[in-house]
Amino acid sequence: MIFATFSKKELPRLFDLLAPNTVVGPVQKGLDRAGRPLYDFDVIYRFQDLRLDYPTTIHSAKRHFLPHRESLCTFTLQGNDWEKQVDYNVYKPVVFFGLHACDINALNKLDKVLSSPPYPNPYYTAKRRNMFIIGQGCQPQPQCFCRSMGTDTALHGFDLFLTDLGDRYFAEILSATAYQFLQKIITRPPTAKDHDRYKEVVTERNQQFQTTVDTTDLTKLLDLEFESAAWQQWGDKCLSCGTCANVCPTCYCYGVEETVDLDLRGAAKTKYLYSCNLIDFAEVAGGHNFRPQTATRLKYRYYHKHRGFVEAYEESLCVGCGRCGEACLAGITVPDVLASVRALGG
Amino acid sequence: MAAPLSYLGVGLDRPRVGVFEFTSCEGCQLQLVNNEATLLDFLNLIELVNFREAMSERSDDYDIALVEGSISRADEVARLKEIRTNARLLVALGSCACFGGVNQLKNRFGDLDWVKKKVYGDFPIASQEVRPLADFVAVDLMIYGCPPKKEEIEKVVTNLVVGKKVAMPKYPVCMECKANENICLFTLGEPCLGPITRAGCDAWCPNHRRGCWGCRGPAEAANVRELEAIMARHGFSREAMLDRLECFGGFSSQVAALRGQPRRPRKARSSKRS
Repeated sequence: MIFATFSKKELPRLFDLLAPNTVVGPVQKGLDRAGRPLYDFDVIYRFQDLRLDYPTTIHSAKRHFLPHRESLCTFTLQGNDWEKQVDYNVYKPVVFFGLHACDINALNKLDKVLSSPPYPNPYYTAKRRNMFIIGQGCQPQPQCFCRSMGTDTALHGFDLFLTDLGDRYFAEILSATAYQFLQKIITRPPTAKDHDRYKEVVTERNQQFQTTVDTTDLTKLLDLEFESAAWQQWGDKCLSCGTCANVCPTCYCYGVEETVDLDLRGAAKTKYLYSCNLIDFAEVAGGHNFRPQTATRLKYRYYHKHRGFVEAYEESLCVGCGRCGEACLAGITVPDVLASVRALGG
Repeated sequence: MAAPLSYLGVGLDRPRVGVFEFTSCEGCQLQLVNNEATLLDFLNLIELVNFREAMSERSDDYDIALVEGSISRADEVARLKEIRTNARLLVALGSCACFGGVNQLKNRFGDLDWVKKKVYGDFPIASQEVRPLADFVAVDLMIYGCPPKKEEIEKVVTNLVVGKKVAMPKYPVCMECKANENICLFTLGEPCLGPITRAGCDAWCPNHRRGCWGCRGPAEAANVRELEAIMARHGFSREAMLDRLECFGGFSSQVAALRGQPRRPRKARSSKRS
């Protein structure tokens, strides 16, 4: 790892250097009913729209690498014949400006499923290979439990990671591309004083976490508590609306729909993100539904995130960003659900 | 006569389609003709034989009947039964046909004579309790919405023509609203039935920052009880929620459960009213 520091005044210059690409970053999207600002990721055209002081975003940055709806291919039909057109929907490299550690770790986790053998997903991988990621240190929010999930720092998966030291940034450089871009602005090697300040800032930040999840033996606990009454209690509240999956930076389950054009001269295959909480998620050909009960579907979402994925990849699929709990109208949060399963038992 | 229809070299029959309306604003039919960009392709898929809003010809020889509107008169019942006999496939088009629609709000008043007098005075007019089509005839397919999405009607008709399965979303509007990355209307301080209403509209109203009124009826796992708690937590009254639930008639059974018992018919008339 190479470190550097640079004045905050240099950041707009770095932005301008990257601006020929599509730049995605946090922006303010309005105010909630109590007048508090709301943030989301969006395409940024002017540096001043970038809100690097954002606490969190309503949605993850997912739509820029796992769109909610994506055309997989189209078909041109002529007579008895047809021709297939495939487009990975990558037109320009995307610069992510200001991702927090949880969201970078989310990409690292998705890579294990979607960019690895035996079946790498070309649509995702093509976007992933055309990304430049600038990470940014965060201020832990009340709903954040990334520290419990081991995703509060990003060790890889970014090009450049910035930590705010007040008047300057402490930069971790992880790619040759990032190094080359930094050559074009004024930087200097960090001094011992910068190192001390960096450690101070990080320590201070790490003391701000308010929410924890006890993950001790969690996979075993989930195996033991398959019949726990807790699942039914949360299932009674669940709206089966898929909101948790839609705001989640790692939920990747999807459906595919094939449609015929109105003029019968073309057809399309479209992928759309789905959610295991939706009533027909486990409905199969012939109409049988393996998970008709809401509680069962909710349970399996937890089993995929906190048990199945751990078994396959030795890490959870949850990054502890807390977005699902914030977005859930019924107030179902990961820390509450896992704590109740631990406490309530069978 | 239009050229024969084919898909991937396989010949297809152009279904004969009739479009009919009962008690309604005729807006659903208007949806059929209001998308000029695709209108010719749409009309090429079918053979339109009866459509009062769009053509002069009238035929009772059709395969598919797209029927808009609710039933609010005895003569409508007879006409609907006739259409049912003629059609191979009867499609309820829009909220009025599916659930009674906005028209069924009058049923809330209980005393329908009072309602009639209030609206029409002494003008002689036939009018009865407003009911959806399925209360009188078998309905083969429902296209939900007030109005339905033109794109959805086109997709349904395309699938019927090529013999593909017609499936409506079973999940609620939230799914489409979140896919569009809208800010939740509850966050903005507005009530919304999105969490319990059947999707398929692409979150039409929430996209424009208007809370859902449930025109497409309940999603298949509609957790009405939880939404009631959510509404209360956000400071919306029970009546505010019931107003929305009752607006299009799709939630009539849920409303009956929430109210505990059906409203008592209005019998006594206060002197101030009349």
